[in-house]
Amino acid sequence: MVGDETMRRKIPLWRDERVLKGVAQVISSLVILGALYWLIDNFIAITQQRGMPLTYGFLDEAAGFPIKESFIPYDSTMTFGRAVLVGLINTLVVSAAGIVFATVLGFVVGLMRLSTNWLISHIALAFIEFHRNIPLLVLLFLWYFGVFTKLPAVKDSIAIPGFIYINQRGFYLTWPHLAEGGVLFAATLVAGIILAVLAWSVLRHIREVRGKETYFGQISLAVLVLVPLIGWFVSGGKPVLLDAPVLKGFNFQGGLRLTTEFTALLIGLAMYTSAFIAEVIRSGIQAVRKGQIEAARAVGLRYSQILSLIIVPQALRVIIPPLISQYLNLTKNSSLALVIGYQELFAIGKVTINQAGRAVPVFILIMATYLAISLLTSVVLNIYNKRVQFIER
Amino acid sequence: MTVASKDTAPPAPPTALEWVRKNFFSNWINALLTILGATVVYFALVSLATWAIKTADWSPITAAPLLFLVGQYPREELWRVGASTLMVTFLLGMSWGVWKRYLRPFAIFLAILMGLLAIFPLETPTITLPIRVFMLINPVLIFLGYRLGRSRRVPSRVVAILWLVVLLLIPLVILPGFTGSSLLPQVPTSVWGGLLITLLLSVGGILISFPFGVLLALGRRSSLPVVKWFSIFFIEVVRGVPLVTILFMFSVILALFLPTESRIDRVIRALMGIVFFSAAYTAENVRGGLQAIPPGQVEAAKALGLKNVHITSLIVLPQALRLVIPTTVGQFISLFKDTTLVYIVGINDLLGMGNAVLKLRPEFVRLQMEVYLFIALIFWIFSYFMSYASLQLEKALGVGER
Repeated sequence: MVGDETMRRKIPLWRDERVLKGVAQVISSLVILGALYWLIDNFIAITQQRGMPLTYGFLDEAAGFPIKESFIPYDSTMTFGRAVLVGLINTLVVSAAGIVFATVLGFVVGLMRLSTNWLISHIALAFIEFHRNIPLLVLLFLWYFGVFTKLPAVKDSIAIPGFIYINQRGFYLTWPHLAEGGVLFAATLVAGIILAVLAWSVLRHIREVRGKETYFGQISLAVLVLVPLIGWFVSGGKPVLLDAPVLKGFNFQGGLRLTTEFTALLIGLAMYTSAFIAEVIRSGIQAVRKGQIEAARAVGLRYSQILSLIIVPQALRVIIPPLISQYLNLTKNSSLALVIGYQELFAIGKVTINQAGRAVPVFILIMATYLAISLLTSVVLNIYNKRVQFIER
Repeated sequence: MTVASKDTAPPAPPTALEWVRKNFFSNWINALLTILGATVVYFALVSLATWAIKTADWSPITAAPLLFLVGQYPREELWRVGASTLMVTFLLGMSWGVWKRYLRPFAIFLAILMGLLAIFPLETPTITLPIRVFMLINPVLIFLGYRLGRSRRVPSRVVAILWLVVLLLIPLVILPGFTGSSLLPQVPTSVWGGLLITLLLSVGGILISFPFGVLLALGRRSSLPVVKWFSIFFIEVVRGVPLVTILFMFSVILALFLPTESRIDRVIRALMGIVFFSAAYTAENVRGGLQAIPPGQVEAAKALGLKNVHITSLIVLPQALRLVIPTTVGQFISLFKDTTLVYIVGINDLLGMGNAVLKLRPEFVRLQMEVYLFIALIFWIFSYFMSYASLQLEKALGVGER
């Protein structure tokens, strides 16, 4: 004990790790705080000089600028707050749609890449290499200015009559909308999905516990089909009407209209991201060891069982973390929409800065919104990721 | 010793017919896919070729090739860009000689391209005889550099130092020049443009952001809470927002946080934004490598009595950095592609010059497809050779084999 004491006393101050760490802490805090103080001091001086305080009162003032495309009612008499909300929704809509398309396309291309057919796998390779080595911004310009602005005029629309019309003003699609009794049908549709999922998990659990076949797949499929079918008949047989676009005068009426800006952005983003997703899928599936599949075959599992019980669960573990970051990339990349005139969060933020003359508050708001989207998405997907990962012992 | 029986002998290499059957027609689904795929590829290639040769009008590119390359850089000072290019091509040739396989395809490609451009009968007044001669000197220099590098008279360390010197000299001395100098009069960055600025921003971004990224990664694993939490905060915030917002921050917002009299050059501000963004991503890549180093390495080094600085610089970092080469090069490629975003904050990079060329003459307005495809091709070539070099480097260092 005494020896310990003398040892400790012998260490000079400049060699004592605790002292050194303390000093390093103090110095680094001083540097960071000093830099922050300097920046904020400058900022206060400049804002006082120009008279633009860091407050958010202006969000309640009238925006005074129009927005071309909005999924909620908006006109230029509404507030800046409303305009930013429109931008946020535009970002979320194009990101969600982009994620769906990119995932589907990415899966297809990734599987094509793994095909034993040389031609198919090299078509996929060409697709991947094309998109991975060209900047997204250039691809968006190519799609929007190279393709979409060169579409024919309204009267010469490219068309599959009755379903889809493509022209300079956008894509017009035949789209279902709810008619009389439609709400009832929609409710039964949702109920059917929920009941089917419930039946699936409960019956599957029973099978796993008791070891008795419960036909969970067939039963939940039946529920999924039958419940909405009942709803269909109860609601009078015509709950959903297809609304087809019709040429009236100089423009199409009815149906669903997607603007060229939205479609170009969606296609560009989805195709670009799908190339990256394809590589993620490929490496995920290749990460499943051959022995696993051979062992499963030796045990006598069917091919569908090998796929659903052996390959997919193990590949998912590898696939999900990089897939999450691709989804986040897509969402952040949607901010490039600015250059082709789709007004999402960043574009509207920029207009708001010009109109309201409050650069910093708007900028902080936009940054915080993007951060919130990123953090929320990664939290939700990380919870899912934890569930599929190995529980290591 | 027994003679290998027929059963144990290796199978004979497949004949061409067998290869075709195995890869294209192993069963009827495969055969169907092959026929379908071949039809699609055939029609796609034929229509692309007819468009490129017959319909497409490439006059914006042949009319103003220099705009794409250097932007508005004063034509009477063009020799400075030329001299910089010659230095780089000579060093490229030397590096090809020293490090052989990584740069060989790119060096050969560049030499052939420059040689072809020198003799290509392009009917345009901007491609004058001096420019053609300059184009012809490049492949010669690449070849001379290669011979010098291969002769082993120049150690690889010297080549690396030369690169550093040249890469500092070009953007800091040769291109900007000095006010009042008669040999190198000042050329403001506002007239730099085209591929020149794209390459400068990429190379500068890569070289500056990498050390910062490594520092941030080390900071994130630091035992000092202040350093650690600052690093985490920085990395997570930067990774959570789009690059456009960061570029916007540096081009517009930053001015509100600096003394009113200070002015930072537009291009420097864009470069700062790129460095800021890339450092955060590099940090996360490097952290992956740091985590993969077994703790036993650090413990062994400690037991030998190494200082913390030496443990990090001699034991941990060399191993960690080698592990993350593929992801880091991937990050560099995306940085290279991301430099196009500086167009949004008003810098005339390659993409910006493309848009400027489209407005040059009224008949160019509708030729966006041709101009953007040309730009896409340039980006594609550079990115492709970068990923090729990375693949070779990975093989040489045996990543994943140790």
